[in-house]
Amino acid sequence: MPVMNMVQALNTALREEMERDSRVVVLGEDVGRRGGVFLVTEGLIDEFGPERVIDTPLSEMGIVGFAIGMALYGMRPVAEIQFIDFIYEAFDHIVNNAAWYRFRSGGMYEVPLVIRGPCCGGIKGGMHHSQSNEPYFQHTPGLYVVMPSGPRDAKGLLKSSIRADDTVVFLEPKSIYRTIKEEVPEDDYTIPLGEGRIVREGSDVTLVSWGAMLHVSMEAAKLAEEKHGWSIEVIDLRTIHPWDRDLVVKSLEKTGRLVVVHEARKILGPASEISAYISENYIDLLRGPIKRVASYDTPFPLAHERLYMPNLAKVYRAISEVMEW
Amino acid sequence: MSKTGLLDTPFKPAPQEILEQYRDWLGEALGFKRAVDEEGNVVDESLLPKIPESKLVEIHEYMVRARVIDSWLLRLQRMGRVALHAPNKGQEAVAVGATMPLRPDDWVFPSYRELGAYLVRGMSEEEILDRALANADDPLKGSDFAIYGNRKYNLVPAPVPVGNQIPLAVGAAYAMRYMGRDTISLTFFGDGATSRGDFHVGLNFAGVFKVPAVFVVQNNQWAISVPRLRQTASPTIAVKALAYGVPGLRLDGNDALVVYKVVSEAADKARRGEGPTLIEAVTYRLGPHTTADDPSRYRPEEEVRHMERYEPLRRLRKFLEKNGIMTEREALEVEREWDKRVEEIARKVLSKPELPKDVFFENVYKEEPWFIAEERRDLEEVLRLMQELGLGDSH
Repeated sequence: MPVMNMVQALNTALREEMERDSRVVVLGEDVGRRGGVFLVTEGLIDEFGPERVIDTPLSEMGIVGFAIGMALYGMRPVAEIQFIDFIYEAFDHIVNNAAWYRFRSGGMYEVPLVIRGPCCGGIKGGMHHSQSNEPYFQHTPGLYVVMPSGPRDAKGLLKSSIRADDTVVFLEPKSIYRTIKEEVPEDDYTIPLGEGRIVREGSDVTLVSWGAMLHVSMEAAKLAEEKHGWSIEVIDLRTIHPWDRDLVVKSLEKTGRLVVVHEARKILGPASEISAYISENYIDLLRGPIKRVASYDTPFPLAHERLYMPNLAKVYRAISEVMEW
Repeated sequence: MSKTGLLDTPFKPAPQEILEQYRDWLGEALGFKRAVDEEGNVVDESLLPKIPESKLVEIHEYMVRARVIDSWLLRLQRMGRVALHAPNKGQEAVAVGATMPLRPDDWVFPSYRELGAYLVRGMSEEEILDRALANADDPLKGSDFAIYGNRKYNLVPAPVPVGNQIPLAVGAAYAMRYMGRDTISLTFFGDGATSRGDFHVGLNFAGVFKVPAVFVVQNNQWAISVPRLRQTASPTIAVKALAYGVPGLRLDGNDALVVYKVVSEAADKARRGEGPTLIEAVTYRLGPHTTADDPSRYRPEEEVRHMERYEPLRRLRKFLEKNGIMTEREALEVEREWDKRVEEIARKVLSKPELPKDVFFENVYKEEPWFIAEERRDLEEVLRLMQELGLGDSH
């Protein structure tokens, strides 16, 4: 099995899907010769040509709107947003068209589109190269929202997203694009959308996370175990919307304590939804309050981003709080 | 190799042949094409489409049907049965003239004021009313008001936010070419939509990718209460296309024959792979923006009265009579016939059952996720409670 980083795994997924299905094309800014600013589409133009690896004019509204038209006609476009922070220009298209065409047309039309791009902070990217904006998309019925935490999942999830008949917003935490390397199977595997994964088994606390924050959560779990002997179960949600409720509930039946960690801001972030849902429906499983660890509710800063985002201390503190309540 | 298109240096004026091409384009974009004037006289023989008389009769009939169903939609809205209607009166020539030359496998992305186009594509009055009433036979399952479409007719249901179908029509046109089809996509939008970013990106992408698309602007002079001169300082809308490397031309949108002729040429050109065209059809919205609008607040009645003499159906009838194709009396008979037919259809449609109460849970995703299944069960419980509380089922 080859060892790959996330960029290579995503590139492999795109290449394999384009080989498998001529309806799959990629489009976006600088995706051709440049191979994307993070090189996720590197080399694809040589293999598939400029009709399938489409350098577009510079407009997210154009990229997404154009891709929706392609998808309506029966293609399976993968639209790259150079930095997910730039996606707001396309918001009208994502909500009113991509997410709702199936509904608007009484099921006659669908938009099998993947909108993918680098998200999240931790690389000193400042306000417009660091955002974790999944809550906007989670709030829109009709969309899937996916964020992988490593190369193996990235490949399997991107393949499922391309094959899905609904629009998928596929968020790639750029801080772990190249830092995590792992064995990535060469076969044509997919990871079903909507299924999380238990990354670390435990019995005292359920720690739910995804993307780059999964790794901070894993460190915190280790620290809590070393310091106190607490046994922390860590779940990688992988698909943020619809989230894997059954997996979380099953884990809570064992632990009775819940911490949700994400890089999106706290107010109305996915953790708010998860904790409200669990409180509303499964209060009997809980031994104490749920803790949310999220970024602060300010714009993403260039200065002190590690203090702004969830970090080891914040996750460790949340674990301690639910254990000592 | 340079990809800028300016191999030696960009620091020079555009080449002579571009200047010449743009001079021609500018003439068309600032000009005004018309085949038949408001009294039904042919003013430019070369702009008459070469079509048999039977086709002219068909154009007239579609325009009549558009006007009749429009008036029924208004009536049903006033009866409280239709949520909202965007009246079409005065704009029938654009919708009918622009869609008649298309092939069934071409794709049309309408806006919300093209009843004539829906009819030409194959929608029946019954389907239009089912849609407007959002009853059990509504093909769009009660999703929104004022929009129409059906995959059967390659008529893509329009969005209500104006103009956001423009980039979609361009993407679909790219897909057609990519898949090796010789079809085209045609989209309608209004003068107001040309101020949105979607117009800019749509035209820009269309020019860059040279897609097989035709853009038809229904310049009806008013975007609700905002007049055309407040939308743009540009002398015409057609001229905007030139900035994207797309030819734009301006014509009399109340002259169904010139619309037919010019769209048919633009469609052929797109089909041959020679790129997109923008057509500014100058027309006039005789009615309110929608049934929720009151134009007396912003538009002088004299203007409407003045514009009535340019309206398209009157003009076509004069043309048909002057050319011995159909008398005024015969034309009015066609209208009475359709009015009677639609009255029967309306009666039938009004007695159809409503959509199932849980219809809005359908078609959110291909496969229903757990949270929708849960909310579906919640609604069942709420409906039971409403019965228990004696609230009926619609409070």
